[in-house]
Amino acid sequence: MKFGVLQFPGSCDEVDALGAARRVGDAELLWHGARDLKGADAIVVPGGFSYGDYLRAGAIARFSPAMESVIAFAGDGGIVLGICNGFQVLCEAHLLPGALLGNANRRFTFRQVELDVVNRDTIFTRACTAGERLSVPAKHSWGRYYAAEDTLAAIERSGQVVLRYAAGENFNGSLNDIAGVCNEAGNVFGLMPHPEHAVDELTGSTDGLRIFESIRLSVEGVRV
Amino acid sequence: MSDTPGAVVAPSAEDALALGLSRAEYELVCEKQGRAPNRVELAMYSLMWSEHCAYKHSKKLLRTLPTEGPHVVMGPGENAGAVDVGDGLACAFKVESHNHPSAVEPFQGAATGVGGILRDIFAIGARPIAVLDSLRFGEPSSARTRYLLDGAVSGIAHYGNSIGVPTVGGEVYFEGPYEQNCLVNAMALGLAPRERLMRSAAAGPGNVLVLFGASTGRDGIGGASVLASAELGQPDADAEAGADRRPTVQVGDPFEEKKLLECSLELLQQGLLVSLQDLGAAGLTSSASEMASKGAVGIDIDVAEVPLREPGMEPFEVMVSESQERMLCVVEPANVEAVMRLCRKWEVSGAAIGEVTDSRRMRVLVAGELVGDMPVSALVDDCPLYDLQPAEPTGQLYPTPPPVLRADATPREMLLCLLSCPNLASRRPLFERYDAIVQSRTVRRPEQADAAVLAIHPLGSGPPAGAGPTGARAAAGTASAAGAADPVPAIAVSIDGNGRRVAADPYRGTIAAVLECASNLACVGAEPLATTNNLNFGNPEKPHIAWQLSESVRGLGDACRALHAPIVGGNVSLYNEGASGPIYPTPVIGMVGRLPDARRAGRLGFANDGETIALVGPFAPALQAGELAKLRGEPLVGKLAEIDLKAVRDAQLAVRDAVRAGGLSSAHDIAEGGLAVALAECCLAGNVGAEVEIGPSFWQKSPSEQRSPSGAPARPSVEPVAPGVVALFGEGPGGFVVSGSPQALRELGLRTLVRPLGTVGGDVLRIATDGPQEAVEATLAELTEAHGALWELFA
Repeated sequence: MKFGVLQFPGSCDEVDALGAARRVGDAELLWHGARDLKGADAIVVPGGFSYGDYLRAGAIARFSPAMESVIAFAGDGGIVLGICNGFQVLCEAHLLPGALLGNANRRFTFRQVELDVVNRDTIFTRACTAGERLSVPAKHSWGRYYAAEDTLAAIERSGQVVLRYAAGENFNGSLNDIAGVCNEAGNVFGLMPHPEHAVDELTGSTDGLRIFESIRLSVEGVRV
Repeated sequence: MSDTPGAVVAPSAEDALALGLSRAEYELVCEKQGRAPNRVELAMYSLMWSEHCAYKHSKKLLRTLPTEGPHVVMGPGENAGAVDVGDGLACAFKVESHNHPSAVEPFQGAATGVGGILRDIFAIGARPIAVLDSLRFGEPSSARTRYLLDGAVSGIAHYGNSIGVPTVGGEVYFEGPYEQNCLVNAMALGLAPRERLMRSAAAGPGNVLVLFGASTGRDGIGGASVLASAELGQPDADAEAGADRRPTVQVGDPFEEKKLLECSLELLQQGLLVSLQDLGAAGLTSSASEMASKGAVGIDIDVAEVPLREPGMEPFEVMVSESQERMLCVVEPANVEAVMRLCRKWEVSGAAIGEVTDSRRMRVLVAGELVGDMPVSALVDDCPLYDLQPAEPTGQLYPTPPPVLRADATPREMLLCLLSCPNLASRRPLFERYDAIVQSRTVRRPEQADAAVLAIHPLGSGPPAGAGPTGARAAAGTASAAGAADPVPAIAVSIDGNGRRVAADPYRGTIAAVLECASNLACVGAEPLATTNNLNFGNPEKPHIAWQLSESVRGLGDACRALHAPIVGGNVSLYNEGASGPIYPTPVIGMVGRLPDARRAGRLGFANDGETIALVGPFAPALQAGELAKLRGEPLVGKLAEIDLKAVRDAQLAVRDAVRAGGLSSAHDIAEGGLAVALAECCLAGNVGAEVEIGPSFWQKSPSEQRSPSGAPARPSVEPVAPGVVALFGEGPGGFVVSGSPQALRELGLRTLVRPLGTVGGDVLRIATDGPQEAVEATLAELTEAHGALWELFA
């Protein structure tokens, strides 16, 4: 299978995402100014500070030509993963419910966090075991997940909450300890922690590979 | 005498004095010009002949430092030094200060300090892979300190995080003498294929000078001369200190720099540039004239072609502006359009602003009309260099710190007080604000080991060896960048500098700082390759400061020679004085090393219950100028003990080899707070206790104890300490706390002094001594609480 990793001016973790994706499949970078997704089976919107995060995190990137194609791709059921800034971009693009607000501790925080997989019946978590806990680093200033009350109730009801911060790990103050959510159709997923930075034992954890491996299984399962 | 170009009213000698030149220097400028300089020329001379650009009080000393060695690829004189790290790669690195800007406006001062050092790295064609920072503030009990600390940390985080370069290490000390004049030093490292390293010498008359990046504004005008090369004067005791100088501080935009970085590296990768130089202090003036000087050519710049941020800027303002995020390159005429195309791709502006000439003159034009004309050599090389007039001070230079510990405190109280004091408490509240892992190289993060460890090749750079891309399994625990059998080559980096020790003894204190860097590298299994340094001192025109500076540089040279870690670059920051006196003399040392296999990189935390703990190396503890002495309110007088450089180096090599062989579960350098604090740090990092006895064998083999059984020499006028306190809390170079198997420790003992101390296990640290006092005992919870003392500063 092939991943396409978007690259905006100000992206920082796109090469890391590319490397993580290449552990399970082919992957290439997709320039923000081009509409061609080059036949990718899954799109990763990476972390960083797209367009300097000026105006509001993700607010400018969502209007890029590449994102126009990603929005259409997602509408056709294409698999889209947004990490950190990518999660913010997907929320700004209304591909995912809710929004990311400033951290409750009011500052950029880098911390290895424990995540509970609360729905493993998704495209992005099917390689996880029941009740699995993932150790993945988080690093952001604007990661406090927020959604209006009725939206929150709806995504909880429909199983769109995929990952939660384990007890005591929710430093950013996300509602319901939400660390990652998918859309109603289940083909678009965003999370604030960085699975692409937990793919090698030398960095302390390989748990992030579960997410990429799940996507590969989903893509190849569809094809077979 | 030739006509003075562009002159309306020629500036006077008094104008020159106001810009920081001396009367004699102004007369020398007139002589070099053959006439009085006009306004543009005088502005340019005043910057190029400032301490900051010309190193006029330090250059003669710096020439005594060792700069050559087998690993050196690029030595001092370029934007950064570089060493060979294997696999065809060179590691470029350098430390620089941004002290006065940070004292005036800490957020932007620190942010642009990071931006500036990063540009130095990519100017030579290396992709920045890591930032470290070295900070000094007054005591955190002061509101001004807390304001400066929070601003500087926020600024470093803002810039480093946003540009995608990890901040992997650093250090911070809090001491009264930095209260008005904080220090913000930033170090950066980058990697490049060896053959693609870029030099900055301009070449090829007729070639085009292209300025690219941000537009040029009025920010930072006079930064190098007015701000960086003078004392800070009489500041108010609040956050408004230096408010009148705030316009000379530059404003940083990491997004612009991120684009500039990617654009610069792609320009170099495509082979479109003849040379490249960043714009830092003194802006276009410094960059262009230094490029011309190195290439023995001339340069014409037409300021009318420079993209401006605001209208109506004077030619001299364009030439001296320190607007951030700009680069200057030399391009063959045929490649100019390709360069502009890449600039458009990365959304940075590019403009042809001049050309290389064979005149060896720096000429400034406005739409073709000459407004400044100077010999390049006069600007760059002819600033007079001054001999220092050093004199060792006779009295006590620095005020005695107020006591924090009672004179009759127990050793347990001393340990908990040390762990919670600002200089030793956990730095987690600071480093959690930095992204330490972007770029997928970071094998050891802060508080995991004594030095940061970075894989030379990104860890995410491919599937496990032997597995095809689509068939790759990615089972947890088996995935590594290379096959399981292949070593993962890495570099290690450390930054250190204890100003209080240097204040007590500039020569030995500086040696101790260099040794500590090398010991930190040894603890992760790395051999030193080369060194960078930032010399932060007071006003060198004062004899006692001149003495500190020359003694410190002598120590730096001796230590680097002994370690075979030559100096490949650095920076000098003088005039660090406020109304209340000079800072502690603070040479900040950055050292880069190499280790063959990151999979065996050392850790500092105890790991396995039942393993043996040992004290390794020729450690000779003394309380002199140490952290306990400060907490006890002792004056800073008397020299440090003599250091046996060879014995310390032998111990470092032995520890390094043991770590590489995989025999040690942990290795930690003994630093501030001595052995007891080092043991506590190993317990905290491993979240496990330890049972330790400092018995007769320790006393027999501790040289300083033998020399002076009642404590360190020259410790005046304070209550004598109980025997055992020196062993517990005394400091000195060459000591390590390690843990491992008895077999590994026996092997280590064949190469250096190894004194077994006890065993890892439990959830209590217990240190028994054979002295009369009771054992020191503290639970992990108590240690953790004490060590977390800095959190309240960031609540």
